[in-house]
Amino acid sequence: MKKINLTPALTALTIALTVALSPAIASEGAKPEARDWSWNGMFGTFERAALHRGYQVYNEVCASCHSLGLLSYRNLAAIGFSEDQVKKIAAEFEVTDGPNDEGEMFQRPARPSDSFVPPFPNGNAARASNNGALPPDLSLITKARKGGANYIHGLLTGYLEEPPAGVTLPEGMSYNLYFPGNQIAMGPPLDDDAVEYADGTKATKDQLAADVTTFLAWAAEPELEERKRMGIKVMLFLLVLTGMLYALKRAIWKDQH
Amino acid sequence: MSNKFYENPVIKWIEYRLPIFSFIDESVGSGYPTPKNLNYWWNFGSLAGIVLTVMIGTGIMLAMNYTPHVDYAFESVERIMRDVNYGWLMRYLHMNGGSMFFLIVYIHMFRGLYYGSYKNPRELLWIIGVFIFLAMMATAFMGYVLPWGQQSFWAATVITNLFSAIPLVGDSIVTWLWGGFSVDNPTLNRFYAFHYLLPFVLFGLVFVHLWALHVHKSNNPLGIDIQGPQDTIPFHPYYTMKDLYGLGVFVLFFMFFVFFAPNFFSEPDNYIKANPLVTPTHIVPEWYFLPAYAVLRAVPDIWFISAKLGGVIAMFAFTLVLLLLPWLDRSPVRSASFRPIYRQFFWIFVVDCIILGWVGANTPDAMFHGVPFLWIGRIATIYYFAHILILIPLISVLEKPKPMPESIAAAVAADGKAGAGENK
Repeated sequence: MKKINLTPALTALTIALTVALSPAIASEGAKPEARDWSWNGMFGTFERAALHRGYQVYNEVCASCHSLGLLSYRNLAAIGFSEDQVKKIAAEFEVTDGPNDEGEMFQRPARPSDSFVPPFPNGNAARASNNGALPPDLSLITKARKGGANYIHGLLTGYLEEPPAGVTLPEGMSYNLYFPGNQIAMGPPLDDDAVEYADGTKATKDQLAADVTTFLAWAAEPELEERKRMGIKVMLFLLVLTGMLYALKRAIWKDQH
Repeated sequence: MSNKFYENPVIKWIEYRLPIFSFIDESVGSGYPTPKNLNYWWNFGSLAGIVLTVMIGTGIMLAMNYTPHVDYAFESVERIMRDVNYGWLMRYLHMNGGSMFFLIVYIHMFRGLYYGSYKNPRELLWIIGVFIFLAMMATAFMGYVLPWGQQSFWAATVITNLFSAIPLVGDSIVTWLWGGFSVDNPTLNRFYAFHYLLPFVLFGLVFVHLWALHVHKSNNPLGIDIQGPQDTIPFHPYYTMKDLYGLGVFVLFFMFFVFFAPNFFSEPDNYIKANPLVTPTHIVPEWYFLPAYAVLRAVPDIWFISAKLGGVIAMFAFTLVLLLLPWLDRSPVRSASFRPIYRQFFWIFVVDCIILGWVGANTPDAMFHGVPFLWIGRIATIYYFAHILILIPLISVLEKPKPMPESIAAAVAADGKAGAGENK
């Protein structure tokens, strides 16, 4: 019970510290370069080939530590994987199901309706394997970071082999130009030819980063293309309607001028 | 409405038992006389009402798919975004609708300040409006908590903790508000219940607001009373049409954000699930609370009043002081068009409110060209209260107003001769 009684005091202390200290600890990373992503702008769309390559990078590199829990395998159909391909991708993973008729839980291959199987069963297991750091879920990562896709791309390519003079990094940490505070627990994840692209695209570090950022941007906003397409129609409709309303307003008010 | 309409036997039957058609006609139809000189700033009242309806409509759709539980709330919102048919549209309409609602209401309030719409005989109309604003703020705050992201959780923690500043009973009140010893599942549940309830309270308040409005009719840009039928035109079709056109322009603006920049007004942190163990580096409220947030943080320890308590008092006073306005402003002239001094100070006041918002978005010890935001915030806060409590009463007594036109009709006629064709 003692522990519970301390909670308000601790909360108050946390807030007091946050309000008092937040500017001091909030050293921002460098501003990432603004890239001309294909999905920017009112007519933006995701490039299908980049999405496929990006999925490959996620699957072969990122997925060993990062979950993508808000997506299901079936969602991959939306970026051009066929039903059979989706089934095959899902079947490579095992999920726990049950209880069966005997009341036992059992393992079975994942189905398209299952959500992406996380690399670790829980947060503690993830921390234990990652030097105490928790690799964040990537489902919303481009929406959940200031700078969005530019930041993710910058982060993936913004590692320095040696920290700048005068900076000593704790054991297991890397120096990243764009990460807030510059000390990041994730080691440089990408290198030239980290994956072998099926479509023959040269897998430079920059290319890998751009492709996986594209995939993650889609994962965060799978509705983006439909939204922008509908938006164009809605805006055009409203422009015409508002123009007509204006004409009608002029006509009705004529006798008042 | 034409007599022919009332001759229809069905209409006649209903009207005899429930005079609903004449009621509508006298409220927003041809039977409601309106000053003939209203400008486009008068569109924002009806826009606010329409946005409230949109919020209730989209809100009910969202409620059908939302789960108010700390373990599922964040995921259920993402389920709405990803799996519910047009769920993303409903959510983005609701999310951006909140920002639009405040934008419209702020313009509506500044309109009232400029044209003296709070003055005799519209004091109660104004006061009900302030209560609508308070109810809106409570609703928006609790709604922001529901997606259970990092900003949701920490906003709830910071704001509810403000009540601990109340002497003696503060901590007990906070525990009571939380339904426990920290912001947790009971807090989320009750916020959801209130977030569903308050919009209907708001609807009731809007009804009373309109009731009071209809007694003395709309104020107008000249701020002079309606003297007879020559000063008015029927609400329908003139203002129904003008409001519809304004609605078209507004919806274009609104939809641009919904479809092309849906997260423009929000913090990226709120796409991270709430974690009581990780405090975000910046806890920032939504933009519409930034001026109040700046006021909250501007107050230092004063004698025996802690900075926290002082800040909370100042923040509540920030809104509540508006209730006194009808009695602080002693000028019989309503419209700033005829008040040369007040008009200038009005615009300084607008700028001051924007400065407060800008300060609220920055941390207090961040610098602007060597000046800490804390001090900019303090000066802007002092000016805010000085404007309302000192400048308004002083100006209203000392200022010599410009000559007023005889009547609305006379002014409109003169205007028509001078600048032909301009929309009023």
